[in-house]
Amino acid sequence: MCLSIPVRIVSIEGKMAEVSAGGTLFKAGLHMLEDVVEGDYVLLHAGFAIQKISKSDAEETIRLFEEMNNSQLNGPL
Amino acid sequence: MKYMDEFRNKDLITKLAGLIRMSATRDYSFMEVCGGHTSAIHRFGITSLLPENIKLISGPGCPVCVTGTDFIDKAIVYSRMKNIIIATFGDLMRVPGSDSSLEKEKATGADIRIVFSGLDALEMARSNPSKKVIFLGIGFETTAPGTAVTMIQTREQNINNFLLLCAHKVMPPAMEAIISDGTDLDGFICPGHVATITGSSIFDFIPDNHNLGCVISGFEPADILMSILMLILQVNSKIFKVEIQYSRAVKPEGNIIARKHMANVFDLCSSSWRGFGPIPESGLILNKKFEIYNAEEMIPVSVTSHPENEICICGKILRGIYSPADCPLFDKICNPNNPIGACMVSNEGTCNSWYRYRL
Repeated sequence: MCLSIPVRIVSIEGKMAEVSAGGTLFKAGLHMLEDVVEGDYVLLHAGFAIQKISKSDAEETIRLFEEMNNSQLNGPL
Repeated sequence: MKYMDEFRNKDLITKLAGLIRMSATRDYSFMEVCGGHTSAIHRFGITSLLPENIKLISGPGCPVCVTGTDFIDKAIVYSRMKNIIIATFGDLMRVPGSDSSLEKEKATGADIRIVFSGLDALEMARSNPSKKVIFLGIGFETTAPGTAVTMIQTREQNINNFLLLCAHKVMPPAMEAIISDGTDLDGFICPGHVATITGSSIFDFIPDNHNLGCVISGFEPADILMSILMLILQVNSKIFKVEIQYSRAVKPEGNIIARKHMANVFDLCSSSWRGFGPIPESGLILNKKFEIYNAEEMIPVSVTSHPENEICICGKILRGIYSPADCPLFDKICNPNNPIGACMVSNEGTCNSWYRYRL
């Protein structure tokens, strides 16, 4: 129910956007976000874009764990 | 970056599973309180990647599962009235009420339509001016802002044939109830999409008051394994705090605009949770400004809901006390085609996930 999927904004008209999930198009309300533009990735939940997705944070999360080694397993991250 | 494939990368997952095995030096119990996590854990076989000393317990994270029978019974009463269209998310269709379900009512002619969003339901009202549309609002903090936006639009556009039957809930009081139950836990895999709206501070009471770990997690296999590793490291170091693993979507402050919409439309109220009973300030109700759109106020109905099947242990599964394997009905009488309890209905229900992925 709280399932949300990352989608790419294809076009924006007023408060509504057309978004693409792997090529399948949906409508998404942009009433909860500011400063989104075509090409941005957002989380789509029940017909609304609920948050913009940060590419740099995604890359940082992966990098953090890819670089992690056994000697770092001794405290919270 | 597509934000999915990267977090399903086999090498990264293998590495994370190895780091978890290295760091898990005692027994650990972690609870996920999002149905999306429950479903992902089973779908991706996360438990098969974990050593035996790490136990994952499912909590009350599936909105369909925790919605009380009386809500379904009321929706059914409305659906039997003339000139009423029920607009609902598909998940609710098969949830058993006391005597029927929305799916059975639709089969006998009730006008019940599945919508993808509250705005679709509002459009339905606009294009059916001679009928009343009642939208069934369920879901946690992730879903409630969308309903709030829908209600604001209803008022702004002066649409007077649209009503809300509201069972939206908020998550922290249920987590507090789980902790008060004395469930043996070391920490929570916190709901990532709830936190996109609420931010991280709503979980602060858990480490601060109860010395339990909290990691707000994404939903891909690497996300969940990272979160489990982060929880293990919190337990090992005895430094408990709220950490955000799902940082690509969750900001510490959450989504402030979405919360403004919620505050504009809803007040907190006591709400009944399947398995728990009423929990104070755990539900959302339309406030004074919007009460003319409250279905229960505008078309009062009374229902006498029957007790749920006595053998079904859905309630105790939602509280993390039992698992589906402990239920005498599971995979005997109760299955996704014949769900006895709500946990078997929704794709995010614990019993449904077990049935699909663990049998």
